Amino acid sequence: MTVKYTNDHEWISVDGDVATVGVTTYALEQLGDLVFVEVPDAGRTVAKGEEAAVVESVKAASEVYSPVSGEVVEGNAGIGDDPATVSGDPAGDGWFFKIKMSDASELDGLMDEEGYAAFVAGLD
Amino acid sequence: MSESENLHTTPLDALHRKLGAKMVPFAGYAMPVQYPAGILTEHLHTRDAASLFDVSHMGQAFLMGDDAIDAFETLVPGDYQVLAEGKTRYTVLLNNQGGIMDDLMATRIPGGLYLVVNAACKDQDFAHIEAGTKGRATLEILTDRALVALQGPKAGDVLARLAPATADMTFMTFREVDIRGIPCFATRSGYTGEDGFEISVPSDRAEELARALLAEPEVEAAGLGSRDSLRLEAGLCLYGHDITTETTPIEGDIKWVVNKRRRETGGFPGADIILGQLANGTERTRVGILPEGRAPAREGTEIQDLSGNTIGTVTSGGFGPSVGGPIAMGYVTTAFAGENTEINLIVRGKALAAKVVKMPFTQKSYKTA
Repeated sequence: MTVKYTNDHEWISVDGDVATVGVTTYALEQLGDLVFVEVPDAGRTVAKGEEAAVVESVKAASEVYSPVSGEVVEGNAGIGDDPATVSGDPAGDGWFFKIKMSDASELDGLMDEEGYAAFVAGLD
Repeated sequence: MSESENLHTTPLDALHRKLGAKMVPFAGYAMPVQYPAGILTEHLHTRDAASLFDVSHMGQAFLMGDDAIDAFETLVPGDYQVLAEGKTRYTVLLNNQGGIMDDLMATRIPGGLYLVVNAACKDQDFAHIEAGTKGRATLEILTDRALVALQGPKAGDVLARLAPATADMTFMTFREVDIRGIPCFATRSGYTGEDGFEISVPSDRAEELARALLAEPEVEAAGLGSRDSLRLEAGLCLYGHDITTETTPIEGDIKWVVNKRRRETGGFPGADIILGQLANGTERTRVGILPEGRAPAREGTEIQDLSGNTIGTVTSGGFGPSVGGPIAMGYVTTAFAGENTEINLIVRGKALAAKVVKMPFTQKSYKTA
């Protein structure tokens, strides 16, 4: 299983042609306490870079973009009911959606863990 | 967010950074938006105990002179002649169309008034007040004082411990008082819907005062993020958003700032328009809005009636930590301003059910006696 990262602080964990997408700890630190999460419905087709989910803190709303193109196979209903799940386990139970990728080569432009760590270190 | 160039800092800047605050630019100042506890925790702590907010970016001034009260009344719709010394009253600076240039607190002190205005407006407010009272009063801008707000149900106990003279102060009163030997002005007021004080302190002793207050077991530091969610739950307007130069106090549903004598005598900017609106009503009105679902409706969200007609716009919206869900305020066509009117909020292209509600969203707990 490969995990890659985007400039917008999403992670994508790839298992065959289905990938799971979530947001990184860094993103959550920037957002603060989450009070609302909206995940996409199964069956929705999204393009790489398209807004696929929404996270809201007390102060502001932010978008979660799909790192790849494809069809959503599942949105994580659990985090919609309890946004605190995301903060508690962003890389596990706090996943946002699973997507059936239409073009796995889109993963090539994403960062690996080391690259993302360096990217984050360069911010601020 | 980057540490921006040319930002002013408050006298508590070093303390904020030591406490681990996340600093953001606000009205030209580097200000703490939150501390490590986070906005939710800071909000709930304020409702439960007491929090200390740095609001030193706000403008403070004295307007002094024998004619200061009458001169000030030419700029605002409040009755300051009737106000006793040591009493504070909320008011608004009006333009000639009756639009609100800023909202402010004005306290009668011996020889004049003590004013506290919003940070983003302070330069233009002070220029406007100076020009409008020229030859009748003298404006002395207090650049060497910080301002902190101690807010929450335990604020009274805490301050009474450090300054017993504050114990019998009631809501919207002012007193010059030594707090742990530091000469301060305390006003029993705030912007959270809770009991509390705004305390003006010489800049060079601000950190000493803040540390003394934070050392009390009930008190935690809180930032501008929770200040905003607290005031929204309390139904209080944020200038530049909920009230602007484009809204009158009548449209803004703060018609009580036009005091009785002024309704009879007028003599404030835009009086004809404002008194006309008092008599005949307005086309739009500021209301509280409670979304039915979990999704917050932010500032700028379109408000529709159930037939899909646009009837207004959200001016402040977010999540109310004490309410436990989304809350908002905004302007609607007055026909839809009645309590429990069903409306829709257009969030990300979807119509979300909501209703018009009375504010505040949470019960206020001011010390009125």
